[in-house]
Amino acid sequence: MSDEPIVQFQGVTKSFGDLVVLDSFDLDVAPNEHISVIGPSGSGKSTLLRVLMTIERIDSGTIKVDGDYLWHMERNGQLVPANEAHLRKVRGKVGMVFQQFNLFPHMSALRNVTEAPIHVLGMGKEEATERAVELLNMVGLSDKMDSFPAQLSGGQQQRVAIARALAMRPKVMMFDEVTSALDPELVGEVLGVMRTLATEHALTMIIVTHQMGFAREISDRICFIEGGRIVEQGPPDQIFSAPESERTRAFLKAVLEV
Amino acid sequence: MIWDWEFVWAEALPPLLKVVHITVLATLYGFAIAALLGLLLALLRRAPVRVVSWPVVGFIEYVRSTPLLIQIYIVYFGLLPALDLDPTPFFAGVLALGIHFSTYTSEVYRAGIESVPRGQWEAATALNFRLTQKMVRIILPQAIPPVIPALGNYLVAMFKETPLLAAIGVLELLLTAKNTGSYTFRYIEPFTIVGVFFLIMSIVASLGILRLEDWLKRRRPG
Repeated sequence: MSDEPIVQFQGVTKSFGDLVVLDSFDLDVAPNEHISVIGPSGSGKSTLLRVLMTIERIDSGTIKVDGDYLWHMERNGQLVPANEAHLRKVRGKVGMVFQQFNLFPHMSALRNVTEAPIHVLGMGKEEATERAVELLNMVGLSDKMDSFPAQLSGGQQQRVAIARALAMRPKVMMFDEVTSALDPELVGEVLGVMRTLATEHALTMIIVTHQMGFAREISDRICFIEGGRIVEQGPPDQIFSAPESERTRAFLKAVLEV
Repeated sequence: MIWDWEFVWAEALPPLLKVVHITVLATLYGFAIAALLGLLLALLRRAPVRVVSWPVVGFIEYVRSTPLLIQIYIVYFGLLPALDLDPTPFFAGVLALGIHFSTYTSEVYRAGIESVPRGQWEAATALNFRLTQKMVRIILPQAIPPVIPALGNYLVAMFKETPLLAAIGVLELLLTAKNTGSYTFRYIEPFTIVGVFFLIMSIVASLGILRLEDWLKRRRPG
Protein backbone atom coordinates (compact mmCIF):
# COMPACT_ATOMS: atom_id res chain seq x y z
CA MET A 1 0.00 0.00 0.00
CA SER A 2 1.29 3.43 -0.87
CA ASP A 3 1.76 6.12 1.69
CA GLU A 4 -0.26 8.52 -0.39
CA PRO A 5 -3.19 9.78 1.72
CA ILE A 6 -6.60 8.85 0.38
CA VAL A 7 -8.05 12.14 1.54
CA GLN A 8 -6.05 15.32 1.74
CA PHE A 9 -7.34 18.73 2.82
CA GLN A 10 -4.92 21.56 2.10
CA GLY A 11 -5.66 25.05 3.33
CA VAL A 12 -9.39 24.57 2.91
CA THR A 13 -11.44 27.59 3.92
CA LYS A 14 -15.20 27.74 4.02
CA SER A 15 -17.36 30.53 5.36
CA PHE A 16 -21.05 31.11 5.70
CA GLY A 17 -21.31 34.87 5.52
CA ASP A 18 -19.01 36.23 8.21
CA LEU A 19 -18.76 32.90 9.98
CA VAL A 20 -15.59 31.00 9.13
CA VAL A 21 -16.37 27.30 9.59
CA LEU A 22 -13.21 25.86 8.06
CA ASP A 23 -10.15 28.02 8.53
CA SER A 24 -7.28 27.08 6.27
CA PHE A 25 -7.91 23.50 7.25
CA ASP A 26 -5.32 20.74 6.72
CA LEU A 27 -5.90 17.04 7.18
CA ASP A 28 -4.44 13.86 5.72
CA VAL A 29 -6.30 10.59 6.02
CA ALA A 30 -4.46 7.37 5.25
CA PRO A 31 -6.11 4.51 3.33
CA ASN A 32 -8.16 2.30 5.68
CA GLU A 33 -7.63 4.68 8.54
CA HIS A 34 -10.48 5.17 10.98
CA ILE A 35 -10.55 8.73 12.12
CA SER A 36 -12.99 10.33 14.52
CA VAL A 37 -13.59 14.05 14.51
CA ILE A 38 -14.76 15.54 17.77
CA GLY A 39 -15.37 19.08 18.89
CA PRO A 40 -17.99 21.50 20.11
CA SER A 41 -21.04 22.23 17.96
CA GLY A 42 -20.33 24.81 15.29
CA SER A 43 -16.68 23.80 15.25
CA GLY A 44 -16.83 22.80 11.59
CA LYS A 45 -16.95 19.01 11.96
CA SER A 46 -20.06 18.49 9.86
CA THR A 47 -18.94 21.02 7.27
CA LEU A 48 -15.72 19.07 6.96
CA LEU A 49 -17.73 16.04 5.82
CA ARG A 50 -20.15 18.05 3.72
CA VAL A 51 -17.46 19.70 1.59
CA LEU A 52 -15.85 16.29 1.07
CA MET A 53 -19.24 14.97 -0.08
CA THR A 54 -19.56 18.05 -2.37
CA ILE A 55 -22.76 19.09 -0.64
CA GLU A 56 -21.12 22.41 0.26
CA ARG A 57 -18.60 24.24 -1.89
CA ILE A 58 -15.25 25.37 -0.57
CA ASP A 59 -14.04 28.97 -0.79
CA SER A 60 -10.34 28.25 -1.17
CA GLY A 61 -7.74 25.55 -0.74
CA THR A 62 -7.79 22.08 -2.27
CA ILE A 63 -9.12 18.66 -1.40
CA LYS A 64 -7.67 15.53 -2.95
CA VAL A 65 -9.42 12.17 -2.94
CA ASP A 66 -7.42 9.10 -3.97
CA GLY A 67 -4.97 11.26 -5.88
CA ASP A 68 -7.54 13.40 -7.72
CA TYR A 69 -8.53 16.93 -6.90
CA LEU A 70 -12.14 17.03 -5.81
CA TRP A 71 -13.19 20.62 -6.39
CA HIS A 72 -10.62 21.31 -9.12
CA MET A 73 -9.27 19.75 -12.22
CA GLU A 74 -5.99 20.24 -14.00
CA ARG A 75 -6.04 21.90 -17.38
CA ASN A 76 -2.79 22.91 -19.12
CA GLY A 77 -0.99 22.54 -15.81
CA GLN A 78 -3.40 24.88 -14.08
CA LEU A 79 -6.03 24.18 -11.48
CA VAL A 80 -9.48 25.21 -12.65
CA PRO A 81 -12.85 24.67 -10.95
CA ALA A 82 -14.16 21.17 -11.50
CA ASN A 83 -17.02 20.62 -13.90
CA GLU A 84 -19.94 18.33 -13.12
CA ALA A 85 -18.42 15.33 -14.91
CA HIS A 86 -15.23 15.62 -12.90
CA LEU A 87 -17.15 16.08 -9.66
CA ARG A 88 -19.20 12.99 -10.35
CA LYS A 89 -16.11 10.93 -11.05
CA VAL A 90 -14.32 11.86 -7.83
CA ARG A 91 -17.47 12.01 -5.70
CA GLY A 92 -18.07 8.35 -6.48
CA LYS A 93 -15.18 7.39 -4.24
CA VAL A 94 -16.86 8.89 -1.20
CA GLY A 95 -20.04 7.90 0.61
CA MET A 96 -21.91 9.42 3.49
CA VAL A 97 -24.42 8.55 6.18
CA PHE A 98 -26.47 11.41 7.61
CA GLN A 99 -27.73 12.30 11.05
CA GLN A 100 -31.34 12.34 9.80
CA PHE A 101 -30.92 9.14 7.70
CA ASN A 102 -32.44 10.82 4.62
CA LEU A 103 -33.79 7.56 3.23
CA PHE A 104 -36.04 7.94 0.21
CA PRO A 105 -39.51 7.64 1.76
CA HIS A 106 -41.22 6.49 -1.43
CA MET A 107 -38.99 3.45 -1.85
CA SER A 108 -38.74 0.17 0.05
CA ALA A 109 -35.59 -0.52 2.04
CA LEU A 110 -34.40 -2.78 -0.76
CA ARG A 111 -34.98 -0.17 -3.44
CA ASN A 112 -33.28 2.48 -1.37
CA VAL A 113 -30.19 0.30 -1.64
CA THR A 114 -30.50 -0.75 -5.30
CA GLU A 115 -31.58 2.56 -6.85
CA ALA A 116 -28.19 4.24 -7.12
CA PRO A 117 -26.18 1.15 -8.13
CA ILE A 118 -28.65 0.53 -10.97
CA HIS A 119 -29.05 4.09 -12.21
CA VAL A 120 -25.72 5.65 -11.30
CA LEU A 121 -23.30 2.73 -11.65
CA GLY A 122 -25.31 1.06 -14.40
CA MET A 123 -25.36 -2.23 -12.55
CA GLY A 124 -27.85 -4.89 -13.70
CA LYS A 125 -30.98 -5.19 -11.63
CA GLU A 126 -30.25 -8.74 -10.54
CA GLU A 127 -26.71 -8.03 -9.48
CA ALA A 128 -27.77 -4.88 -7.62
CA THR A 129 -30.54 -6.76 -5.82
CA GLU A 130 -28.21 -9.59 -4.90
CA ARG A 131 -25.70 -7.15 -3.43
CA ALA A 132 -28.39 -5.16 -1.66
CA VAL A 133 -29.72 -8.33 -0.03
CA GLU A 134 -26.20 -9.14 1.12
CA LEU A 135 -25.72 -5.67 2.57
CA LEU A 136 -29.11 -5.63 4.28
CA ASN A 137 -28.22 -9.02 5.76
CA MET A 138 -24.99 -7.59 7.03
CA VAL A 139 -26.78 -4.75 8.81
CA GLY A 140 -29.26 -7.26 10.24
CA LEU A 141 -32.33 -6.26 8.24
CA SER A 142 -32.95 -9.30 6.05
CA ASP A 143 -36.57 -9.36 7.25
CA LYS A 144 -37.22 -5.68 6.48
CA MET A 145 -36.32 -5.52 2.78
CA ASP A 146 -39.83 -4.66 1.65
CA SER A 147 -40.60 -2.21 4.44
CA PHE A 148 -40.82 1.48 3.73
CA PRO A 149 -38.74 3.91 5.81
CA ALA A 150 -41.79 5.15 7.73
CA GLN A 151 -42.39 1.58 8.92
CA LEU A 152 -38.88 1.27 10.35
CA SER A 153 -37.43 2.47 13.63
CA GLY A 154 -34.73 5.14 13.57
CA GLY A 155 -32.04 2.55 14.19
CA GLN A 156 -33.32 0.37 11.37
CA GLN A 157 -33.53 3.37 9.02
CA GLN A 158 -29.97 4.32 9.81
CA ARG A 159 -28.78 0.79 9.11
CA VAL A 160 -30.54 0.86 5.74
CA ALA A 161 -28.79 4.19 5.10
CA ILE A 162 -25.43 2.57 5.85
CA ALA A 163 -26.23 -0.29 3.46
CA ARG A 164 -27.33 2.23 0.84
CA ALA A 165 -24.06 4.14 1.05
CA LEU A 166 -21.97 0.94 1.00
CA ALA A 167 -23.78 -0.30 -2.10
CA MET A 168 -21.93 2.39 -4.08
CA ARG A 169 -18.62 0.81 -3.03
CA PRO A 170 -17.02 4.00 -1.75
CA LYS A 171 -13.40 4.00 -0.68
CA VAL A 172 -14.12 6.52 2.01
CA MET A 173 -17.21 6.38 4.23
CA MET A 174 -18.29 9.36 6.27
CA PHE A 175 -20.61 9.21 9.26
CA ASP A 176 -22.13 12.53 10.30
CA GLU A 177 -23.40 12.17 13.87
CA VAL A 178 -25.29 9.09 12.77
CA THR A 179 -26.61 8.24 16.23
CA SER A 180 -27.55 11.75 17.36
CA ALA A 181 -31.14 11.53 16.16
CA LEU A 182 -31.72 8.09 17.69
CA ASP A 183 -33.44 7.09 20.90
CA PRO A 184 -30.77 5.89 23.34
CA GLU A 185 -31.81 2.24 23.14
CA LEU A 186 -31.31 2.26 19.35
CA VAL A 187 -27.79 3.68 19.35
CA GLY A 188 -26.16 0.32 20.03
CA GLU A 189 -27.44 -1.44 16.91
CA VAL A 190 -26.05 1.29 14.64
CA LEU A 191 -22.70 1.43 16.42
CA GLY A 192 -22.60 -2.37 16.17
CA VAL A 193 -22.81 -2.19 12.39
CA MET A 194 -20.10 0.46 12.28
CA ARG A 195 -17.90 -1.67 14.51
CA THR A 196 -18.29 -4.59 12.09
CA LEU A 197 -17.37 -2.32 9.20
CA ALA A 198 -14.32 -1.04 11.01
CA THR A 199 -13.00 -4.44 12.04
CA GLU A 200 -13.97 -6.72 9.17
CA HIS A 201 -13.74 -4.54 6.09
CA ALA A 202 -11.02 -2.56 4.39
CA LEU A 203 -12.59 0.88 4.42
CA THR A 204 -11.49 4.38 5.24
CA MET A 205 -13.87 5.83 7.80
CA ILE A 206 -14.26 9.45 8.85
CA ILE A 207 -16.60 9.68 11.80
CA VAL A 208 -18.08 12.79 13.34
CA THR A 209 -19.51 11.72 16.66
CA HIS A 210 -20.39 12.59 20.22
CA GLN A 211 -20.00 8.96 21.31
CA MET A 212 -16.60 9.33 22.95
CA GLY A 213 -16.38 5.73 24.13
CA PHE A 214 -17.11 4.45 20.65
CA ALA A 215 -14.66 6.88 19.06
CA ARG A 216 -11.95 5.75 21.41
CA GLU A 217 -12.66 2.10 20.74
CA ILE A 218 -12.64 1.99 16.94
CA SER A 219 -10.50 4.95 15.88
CA ASP A 220 -6.88 4.95 14.85
CA ARG A 221 -6.80 8.67 15.38
CA ILE A 222 -8.89 11.35 17.05
CA CYS A 223 -9.04 14.91 15.75
CA PHE A 224 -10.29 17.58 18.08
CA ILE A 225 -11.36 20.58 16.07
CA GLU A 226 -12.59 23.96 17.10
CA GLY A 227 -13.07 27.19 15.22
CA GLY A 228 -12.51 25.44 11.89
CA ARG A 229 -9.04 24.20 12.77
CA ILE A 230 -7.51 21.08 14.26
CA VAL A 231 -6.56 21.94 17.81
CA GLU A 232 -5.08 18.58 18.62
CA GLN A 233 -4.89 15.14 17.07
CA GLY A 234 -3.39 11.80 17.95
CA PRO A 235 -4.09 8.20 18.95
CA PRO A 236 -7.23 7.80 21.09
CA ASP A 237 -5.32 6.92 24.24
CA GLN A 238 -3.26 10.05 24.03
CA ILE A 239 -6.19 12.36 23.31
CA PHE A 240 -8.49 10.91 25.92
CA SER A 241 -5.93 10.21 28.65
CA ALA A 242 -3.30 12.85 28.19
CA PRO A 243 -4.52 15.69 26.01
CA GLU A 244 -1.92 18.40 25.54
CA SER A 245 -4.17 21.30 24.73
CA GLU A 246 -6.08 23.14 27.39
CA ARG A 247 -9.04 23.41 24.96
CA THR A 248 -9.15 19.66 24.42
CA ARG A 249 -9.06 19.06 28.14
CA ALA A 250 -11.90 21.48 28.75
CA PHE A 251 -14.02 19.96 25.96
CA LEU A 252 -13.47 16.38 27.11
CA LYS A 253 -14.15 17.32 30.68
CA ALA A 254 -17.43 18.90 29.65
CA VAL A 255 -18.67 16.03 27.47
CA LEU A 256 -17.47 13.16 29.65
CA GLU A 257 -19.02 14.56 32.79
CA VAL A 258 -22.54 14.64 31.42
CA MET B 1 -95.15 32.06 -17.33
CA ILE B 2 -91.44 32.63 -16.86
CA TRP B 3 -90.30 29.01 -16.96
CA ASP B 4 -91.62 26.72 -19.68
CA TRP B 5 -90.87 23.03 -19.16
CA GLU B 6 -92.14 22.06 -22.55
CA PHE B 7 -89.66 24.45 -24.12
CA VAL B 8 -86.93 22.96 -22.00
CA TRP B 9 -87.49 19.38 -23.21
CA ALA B 10 -88.24 20.27 -26.78
CA GLU B 11 -85.82 23.03 -27.67
CA ALA B 12 -83.46 24.14 -24.92
CA LEU B 13 -82.01 20.89 -23.63
CA PRO B 14 -81.35 18.74 -26.74
CA PRO B 15 -78.79 21.05 -28.41
CA LEU B 16 -77.01 21.50 -25.07
CA LEU B 17 -76.72 17.75 -24.55
CA LYS B 18 -75.09 17.51 -27.95
CA VAL B 19 -72.25 19.88 -27.01
CA VAL B 20 -71.68 18.95 -23.40
CA HIS B 21 -68.75 16.81 -24.48
CA ILE B 22 -67.07 19.83 -26.07
CA THR B 23 -66.93 21.58 -22.71
CA VAL B 24 -65.68 18.44 -20.99
CA LEU B 25 -63.06 17.72 -23.64
CA ALA B 26 -61.84 21.33 -23.67
CA THR B 27 -61.36 21.04 -19.92
CA LEU B 28 -59.56 17.69 -20.05
CA TYR B 29 -57.24 18.60 -22.94
CA GLY B 30 -56.62 22.04 -21.48
CA PHE B 31 -55.78 20.51 -18.14
CA ALA B 32 -53.42 17.99 -19.70
CA ILE B 33 -51.52 20.90 -21.25
CA ALA B 34 -51.62 22.87 -17.99
CA ALA B 35 -50.34 19.90 -15.97
CA LEU B 36 -47.41 19.15 -18.29
CA LEU B 37 -46.46 22.70 -19.24
CA GLY B 38 -46.78 23.77 -15.60
CA LEU B 39 -44.27 21.14 -14.54
CA LEU B 40 -41.92 22.23 -17.30
CA LEU B 41 -42.23 25.89 -16.23
CA ALA B 42 -41.61 24.96 -12.59
CA LEU B 43 -38.44 23.09 -13.57
CA LEU B 44 -37.18 25.80 -15.93
CA ARG B 45 -37.79 28.40 -13.27
CA ARG B 46 -35.31 26.54 -11.08
CA ALA B 47 -32.66 26.58 -13.80
CA PRO B 48 -29.31 27.74 -12.44
CA VAL B 49 -28.79 30.14 -15.35
CA ARG B 50 -30.77 33.36 -15.31
CA VAL B 51 -31.00 33.43 -19.09
CA VAL B 52 -33.50 30.61 -18.61
CA SER B 53 -35.12 31.35 -15.27
CA TRP B 54 -35.81 35.05 -15.71
CA PRO B 55 -37.80 34.84 -18.94
CA VAL B 56 -39.80 32.02 -17.37
CA VAL B 57 -40.60 34.17 -14.34
CA GLY B 58 -41.56 37.04 -16.65
CA PHE B 59 -43.78 34.79 -18.72
CA ILE B 60 -45.55 33.44 -15.65
CA GLU B 61 -46.13 36.92 -14.28
CA TYR B 62 -47.42 38.20 -17.62
CA VAL B 63 -49.88 35.37 -18.08
CA ARG B 64 -51.13 35.52 -14.51
CA SER B 65 -51.61 39.27 -14.59
CA THR B 66 -53.61 39.50 -17.80
CA PRO B 67 -57.17 38.33 -18.47
CA LEU B 68 -57.69 34.89 -19.92
CA LEU B 69 -60.01 36.29 -22.58
CA ILE B 70 -57.22 38.44 -23.99
CA GLN B 71 -54.93 35.44 -24.05
CA ILE B 72 -57.53 33.43 -25.93
CA TYR B 73 -57.69 36.20 -28.55
CA ILE B 74 -53.91 36.42 -28.72
CA VAL B 75 -53.54 32.70 -29.29
CA TYR B 76 -56.36 32.45 -31.82
CA PHE B 77 -55.95 35.66 -33.79
CA GLY B 78 -52.28 36.40 -33.17
CA LEU B 79 -49.97 33.63 -32.10
CA LEU B 80 -51.13 30.67 -34.16
CA PRO B 81 -51.68 32.62 -37.41
CA ALA B 82 -48.24 34.20 -36.92
CA LEU B 83 -46.85 30.67 -36.85
CA ASP B 84 -48.61 30.10 -40.17
CA LEU B 85 -51.16 27.83 -38.55
CA ASP B 86 -54.87 27.94 -39.23
CA PRO B 87 -56.26 26.58 -35.99
CA THR B 88 -59.78 25.52 -35.27
CA PRO B 89 -61.30 27.66 -32.50
CA PHE B 90 -61.40 24.56 -30.31
CA PHE B 91 -57.69 23.89 -30.70
CA ALA B 92 -56.75 27.53 -30.07
CA GLY B 93 -59.07 27.74 -27.09
CA VAL B 94 -57.73 24.58 -25.49
CA LEU B 95 -54.18 25.77 -26.00
CA ALA B 96 -54.94 29.17 -24.43
CA LEU B 97 -56.66 27.55 -21.45
CA GLY B 98 -53.71 25.19 -21.00
CA ILE B 99 -51.12 27.95 -21.20
CA HIS B 100 -53.05 30.19 -18.84
CA PHE B 101 -53.50 27.56 -16.17
CA SER B 102 -49.98 26.20 -16.58
CA THR B 103 -48.74 29.34 -14.85
CA TYR B 104 -50.89 28.45 -11.86
CA THR B 105 -50.02 24.77 -11.82
CA SER B 106 -46.33 25.71 -12.08
CA GLU B 107 -46.66 27.48 -8.74
CA VAL B 108 -48.30 24.39 -7.29
CA TYR B 109 -45.44 22.19 -8.50
CA ARG B 110 -42.95 24.72 -7.21
CA ALA B 111 -44.47 24.55 -3.74
CA GLY B 112 -44.38 20.76 -3.91
CA ILE B 113 -40.74 20.68 -4.96
CA GLU B 114 -39.75 23.17 -2.28
CA SER B 115 -41.47 21.13 0.42
CA VAL B 116 -39.17 18.15 -0.18
CA PRO B 117 -36.61 18.25 2.65
CA ARG B 118 -33.09 19.38 1.79
CA GLY B 119 -31.75 16.11 3.14
CA GLN B 120 -33.30 14.31 0.18
CA TRP B 121 -31.24 16.41 -2.23
CA GLU B 122 -28.16 15.84 -0.13
CA ALA B 123 -28.65 12.07 -0.01
CA ALA B 124 -29.16 12.08 -3.78
CA THR B 125 -25.92 14.02 -4.22
CA ALA B 126 -24.08 11.64 -1.90
CA LEU B 127 -25.26 8.75 -4.09
CA ASN B 128 -23.97 10.59 -7.16
CA PHE B 129 -27.26 10.89 -9.06
CA ARG B 130 -27.29 13.26 -12.02
CA LEU B 131 -29.47 16.34 -11.71
CA THR B 132 -32.21 14.92 -13.95
CA GLN B 133 -32.17 11.62 -12.08
CA LYS B 134 -32.47 13.44 -8.77
CA MET B 135 -35.52 15.25 -10.07
CA VAL B 136 -37.21 12.29 -11.72
CA ARG B 137 -36.36 9.53 -9.25
CA ILE B 138 -36.07 11.27 -5.90
CA ILE B 139 -37.68 14.70 -5.78
CA LEU B 140 -40.74 14.64 -8.04
CA PRO B 141 -42.14 11.35 -6.69
CA GLN B 142 -42.22 13.05 -3.29
CA ALA B 143 -43.24 16.51 -4.53
CA ILE B 144 -46.21 15.65 -6.73
CA PRO B 145 -48.55 13.36 -4.74
CA PRO B 146 -49.15 15.94 -1.96
CA VAL B 147 -50.08 18.65 -4.48
CA ILE B 148 -52.49 16.57 -6.58
CA PRO B 149 -55.53 17.99 -4.72
CA ALA B 150 -54.31 21.54 -5.40
CA LEU B 151 -53.91 20.66 -9.07
CA GLY B 152 -57.43 19.24 -9.00
CA ASN B 153 -58.79 22.56 -7.79
CA TYR B 154 -57.37 24.18 -10.92
CA LEU B 155 -59.12 21.53 -12.99
CA VAL B 156 -62.43 22.74 -11.56
CA ALA B 157 -61.40 26.38 -11.96
CA MET B 158 -60.47 25.79 -15.58
CA PHE B 159 -63.74 24.00 -16.23
CA LYS B 160 -65.59 27.10 -15.12
CA GLU B 161 -63.58 29.28 -17.52
CA THR B 162 -64.46 27.25 -20.62
CA PRO B 163 -67.44 29.50 -21.53
CA LEU B 164 -64.86 32.12 -22.51
CA LEU B 165 -64.14 29.95 -25.54
CA ALA B 166 -67.51 31.08 -26.89
CA ALA B 167 -65.77 34.38 -27.67
CA ILE B 168 -63.80 32.78 -30.51
CA GLY B 169 -66.73 30.70 -31.68
CA VAL B 170 -66.20 27.36 -29.98
CA LEU B 171 -69.63 25.82 -30.00
CA GLU B 172 -69.69 24.79 -26.35
CA LEU B 173 -72.47 25.08 -23.78
CA LEU B 174 -72.67 28.85 -23.48
CA LEU B 175 -72.60 29.65 -27.17
CA THR B 176 -75.16 26.93 -27.85
CA ALA B 177 -77.47 28.36 -25.22
CA LYS B 178 -77.05 31.81 -26.70
CA ASN B 179 -77.86 30.51 -30.17
CA THR B 180 -81.00 28.82 -28.88
CA GLY B 181 -82.00 32.10 -27.26
CA SER B 182 -81.39 34.17 -30.35
CA TYR B 183 -83.79 32.24 -32.55
CA THR B 184 -86.46 31.42 -29.93
CA PHE B 185 -86.20 34.65 -27.93
CA ARG B 186 -86.22 32.59 -24.75
CA TYR B 187 -83.00 32.94 -22.75
CA ILE B 188 -83.98 31.99 -19.21
CA GLU B 189 -84.20 28.24 -19.81
CA PRO B 190 -81.02 27.62 -21.85
CA PHE B 191 -78.79 29.78 -19.65
CA THR B 192 -80.24 28.32 -16.46
CA ILE B 193 -79.64 24.80 -17.75
CA VAL B 194 -76.04 25.71 -18.57
CA GLY B 195 -75.63 26.98 -15.02
CA VAL B 196 -77.05 23.75 -13.63
CA PHE B 197 -74.70 21.72 -15.82
CA PHE B 198 -71.70 23.55 -14.44
CA LEU B 199 -72.98 23.20 -10.90
CA ILE B 200 -73.48 19.45 -11.22
CA MET B 201 -70.17 18.83 -12.88
CA SER B 202 -68.26 21.03 -10.43
CA ILE B 203 -69.77 19.14 -7.51
CA VAL B 204 -68.92 15.80 -9.08
CA ALA B 205 -65.35 16.92 -9.77
CA SER B 206 -64.92 18.29 -6.24
CA LEU B 207 -66.15 15.05 -4.72
CA GLY B 208 -63.73 13.19 -6.97
CA ILE B 209 -60.86 15.34 -5.72
CA LEU B 210 -61.85 14.72 -2.11
CA ARG B 211 -61.81 10.98 -2.66
CA LEU B 212 -58.47 11.23 -4.44
CA GLU B 213 -57.07 13.21 -1.52
CA ASP B 214 -58.34 10.52 0.85
CA TRP B 215 -56.81 7.78 -1.22
CA LEU B 216 -53.47 9.58 -1.38
CA LYS B 217 -53.43 9.93 2.40
CA ARG B 218 -54.16 6.27 2.96
CA ARG B 219 -51.61 5.22 0.37
CA ARG B 220 -48.75 7.05 2.04
CA PRO B 221 -47.02 4.49 4.23
CA GLY B 222 -46.69 5.10 7.93
